[in-house]
Amino acid sequence: MGFDIIEPGLSTTVQDQGRIGYYRYGIPQGGSMDQYSASLGNRLVGNTHKEAVLECTYIGPRITMTSDATIAVTGAPVDVFVNGDSVPQYERLSLKSGDELKFGVIKGGTKYFIAVHGGLDVPEVLGSRSTYPIGSIGGVNGRAIAAGDSISIGKKIDNGLPVLQSIPEADRPVFSPTVNVRVMLGLYNHNLSDKGLKKFLDGEWTLTPIADRMGLRYSGPGVEWKKREQPFGAGQDPSNIVDAGYAVGSIQIPGGTQPIILHRDAVSGGGYAMVATVISADMDLVARSSPGTKTRFVSVTMDEALEARREMTARDARIWS
Amino acid sequence: MEIISPLPGVFYRKPGPDKEPYVNEGDAIVAGQTIGLVEIMKQFSEVRAEAAGVLVSFKIDDFGIVNPGDVIAIVE
Repeated sequence: MGFDIIEPGLSTTVQDQGRIGYYRYGIPQGGSMDQYSASLGNRLVGNTHKEAVLECTYIGPRITMTSDATIAVTGAPVDVFVNGDSVPQYERLSLKSGDELKFGVIKGGTKYFIAVHGGLDVPEVLGSRSTYPIGSIGGVNGRAIAAGDSISIGKKIDNGLPVLQSIPEADRPVFSPTVNVRVMLGLYNHNLSDKGLKKFLDGEWTLTPIADRMGLRYSGPGVEWKKREQPFGAGQDPSNIVDAGYAVGSIQIPGGTQPIILHRDAVSGGGYAMVATVISADMDLVARSSPGTKTRFVSVTMDEALEARREMTARDARIWS
Repeated sequence: MEIISPLPGVFYRKPGPDKEPYVNEGDAIVAGQTIGLVEIMKQFSEVRAEAAGVLVSFKIDDFGIVNPGDVIAIVE
């Protein structure tokens, strides 16, 4: 009961809502990089929020079903083919045993998601099925899927909600070549000079190809740091600090040139000054950015960040009703 | 026929810095032959020709940046 992996794609991993509660021990929360897109897939196939999905990166897998299944493909725009016939994204699809699922060239973004009714039946590790390849935990044997893997589908679920055949256009995520990412300054923005902070907030930053589940590196105008004597325990570069915990979504600027947004699989601490932190409501937006995306960092207050989170939660509640 | 990059990243014409290019302009190629690499997320993915022919020209330079759907080379 499930499906066989014929070709794995570039880096296809099992992901869910993440491994919450172990960050303080150095284990990142992980989970689907674009949580909203993944949740839309689960909604379409009749799951709850919690079921694990396949997260595909640029090049998706080629899969043969070994049982009937209800699936949906959400996230980044891509052509989807069942037995060679084009089928729509953001719709509930019924596959038969023996059907082949494959994908065309991605048309924007980086990640698309395959949700299956019942979820992917891989073992839970520390309360989550999310794959964390660096730690070799979660997913299929702690790694991205490989040709020859057989993945089981979980038991049928009754989520108590009406069947949703497709996601309305207005509720689908947007994959834009220009984005404004909302950030809260801190914890170490005081290490930037006034001119450096202005460059960070006024500059246009371009996402480089150096971007994955751990972090995304941007090129742009660079920043400047205040002159200071580096304290004992900090490296000699002004972008260094005495080691500290990293908030999820922290932005560090090693050397002061290329900001890196730490994303869902990032380390939990280290010795680079975090000048700002992406607000939780915009982490998915960052995950949808493909190399070349023009990005501005917009400073918001805690109240504005919490309001954005409330809006995100309200939209989710509406879709899951 | 166009050879399209399926993913973003950096395009390389050689399998390694000290190696010869996989193929040069004007060379005959066979279906499935590797014509270059695209590096993304510390992974190197081979770019292959779907059909046989003569590789007439590269549209992306060695070490050039590609995006999904970009034409890398023309085969006739």
